[in-house]
Amino acid sequence: MTSATLKRRQHLLSYAKKQLDFLNQPKESGEQFTSFESKLNETGLDPLKPTKIDTFQINVGYMCNLTCGHCHVDAGPDRKEIMTRETMQECIDSIKDTDISTVDLTGGAPEMNPDFRWFVEELSKINKKVIVRSNLTIILANPKYNDLPEFFAKHKVEVVCSMPHFTRLRTDSQRGDGVFDKSITALKMLNEVGYGKEGTGLMLHLVHNPSGAFMPGSQESLQKEFKKKLFDAFGIVFNDLYAITNLPISRYLDYLINSGNYENYMQKLIDSYNPEAARNVMCRNTISISWDGYLYDCDFNQMLEMKLKDEKLQHIKNFDLEALEAREILVDQHCYGCTAGSGSSCGGATS
Amino acid sequence: MSNKSYYNSDDLRKFGDISEFSPELGKKFFDYYNEVFKEGELTEREKALIALAVSHTVQCPYCIDAYTSGSLEKGATEGQMMEAVHIAAAIRGGASLVHGVQMMNKTKELLM
Repeated sequence: MTSATLKRRQHLLSYAKKQLDFLNQPKESGEQFTSFESKLNETGLDPLKPTKIDTFQINVGYMCNLTCGHCHVDAGPDRKEIMTRETMQECIDSIKDTDISTVDLTGGAPEMNPDFRWFVEELSKINKKVIVRSNLTIILANPKYNDLPEFFAKHKVEVVCSMPHFTRLRTDSQRGDGVFDKSITALKMLNEVGYGKEGTGLMLHLVHNPSGAFMPGSQESLQKEFKKKLFDAFGIVFNDLYAITNLPISRYLDYLINSGNYENYMQKLIDSYNPEAARNVMCRNTISISWDGYLYDCDFNQMLEMKLKDEKLQHIKNFDLEALEAREILVDQHCYGCTAGSGSSCGGATS
Repeated sequence: MSNKSYYNSDDLRKFGDISEFSPELGKKFFDYYNEVFKEGELTEREKALIALAVSHTVQCPYCIDAYTSGSLEKGATEGQMMEAVHIAAAIRGGASLVHGVQMMNKTKELLM
């Protein structure tokens, strides 16, 4: 995709409030969608509270070399929001003496942050498990990124990468022309240094999100299909496939509206509400941190600028784990995306 | 009925409501239905593609809607889906044509 981000185009949906307003509008028939909060209430989960926070998901910046059609971040080459080393240091200081075991780095393309490697090295030093959410193509985007597979391997970084489908057509329709071929090359480079291979301890997971207005199928079945197809055609191996539902916000919401699929998709998510998935939503064990150091219940709430209710807890400077674990998680209509069907999280299905 | 059409796409999501008039049979049907589509010796994707082909044979718009989405969800490609529809078409066409043998037999019986 070469189109500019919604933000660059000053699109209405680049404003968080407009998105939330839209999601809370009635259908064309005048009927209101069932509110997410009322569903939670039926499940006995309202207000939604954390279980135990074990993951820090840090969004180190919205800049990306791609402009994918489904991106909930509205990331792209024209986004300039970048986390500074100072904020990274604040994150390190906050978690180093806590039970938070995992730091999940996301973006944008997190590798494009100039302090990305420094941050990974520092996190390794304090023995945190580091996950990087890579779009794969970044590894080939510039010679300075070509050695990322070796760098990841050196620090035992878990690589979670986007690969919506094992066919070129379906992948490129979501992520842009040429992305499939580059992703295949990047996956081969990761395999070469041991990623996805038994006995190396180097974990390589793929993320499937549907390239269209439908929900992902069974993660287990899709994983078998992906493993077979990618191995037979390219000799590629990987560990797990995460099937992730697209949430109706930002560019994916724009796509749903423009393609006339919004109401049906939203209704499908609501009809597929699964109480078990609701009990296992990732916001109960994860905190999301934005490039400028604000805390959110998840990366989606971050994009919708839904800052934590308690002002004292809103910034990493005032990090207070105990208070965070006692907070109320903010929900809205987009949350149906995580509770539909088998559930969806950054680690795939939840039930 | 408030709707003037025999078919209404909103009715698809009400499929489960058939249990309302006969809960026991409805439950038995849906238990069976859900079991049928679970991965067995055939993958979920293969089952969805068979369902898509059959949907075209029985020409059920609800089924076509459901199994187009279903096939996509299970990772099927456009090519696989169209090949499935061609199988439905080939069997339907073939089913007519194979009866041509009957016609030929009868013709030969009747003609001098």
